[in-house]
Amino acid sequence: MNLIRYQDPELATWSPLNRLASLREEMNRLLDGSLAGFTGNVGLFGGWSPTVDVFQDKENVYIKAELPGMKKEEIEITFQDGMLTISGERKQESEVREGESFRSERFFGKFHRSMSMPTKVDAEKIKACYKDGILSVELPKAAEAKAKQIEVTVS
Amino acid sequence: MNPVAKTQERSVEQPVSRMPSWELPPANIREEHDAYLLELEMPGVSKNGLEVTVENNELTIVGHRGDAEPQGEVVYRESRHGDYRRTFEIDTSIDTSKIVAKMEQGILKLMLPKAESLKPRKIQVAD
Repeated sequence: MNLIRYQDPELATWSPLNRLASLREEMNRLLDGSLAGFTGNVGLFGGWSPTVDVFQDKENVYIKAELPGMKKEEIEITFQDGMLTISGERKQESEVREGESFRSERFFGKFHRSMSMPTKVDAEKIKACYKDGILSVELPKAAEAKAKQIEVTVS
Repeated sequence: MNPVAKTQERSVEQPVSRMPSWELPPANIREEHDAYLLELEMPGVSKNGLEVTVENNELTIVGHRGDAEPQGEVVYRESRHGDYRRTFEIDTSIDTSKIVAKMEQGILKLMLPKAESLKPRKIQVAD
């Protein structure tokens, strides 16, 4: 059995000998959880969770979650005790019944991801929008969490 | 044999340090009665950032991410901010002039119709 480990295309130089010729090798690649390029992480029990970035500046905390192929009604965002939770379910389209699937790399099903915020935020002013498959959440920092300039007086 | 499923990851022939870093979008490939359906996940790409080309039985999809540079400092980062690129070798049984592409919420759906002559055809049995 010849196991050709999938190589990251950025690092491998192309050579015709690397051609993945057999179905078995393709299957190995599909089952290999560390395949580069998934827009999500394989969860502990085989589910999936979206890729998330967290940024902050003086005024806000910003979250970006990669959730392609959803309707905004299917995404649930909750905030409690300093934790932001993004959850929902990505449904497969009903037409999948017909036809035969050759390759299935996309994840479907329920997802659930919680993250705690680096500072205190003002829950009332949280804003979220969903565009091009990316969910962007903006959480304004609470007044007391913003760095304050302290005046130095010289007497 | 999977006419569409053979994926050849072409990398640019350059020294590693100067390679553009592409992300590989996950794909679902399905065969239907009269066409192949290809779905690629490319969050952050809109219709304007998309390039789909067919050349010599190779279908290449490039997705440029339109999302703005992140504001502020990074607290935690998982995404790999490169553009997306993937190439598929497609069989001659596909009518490349009739490929249809649709982009919605970061998912590209491509419909690759089978050439007329290859559709399953019912043959009438003469009495």
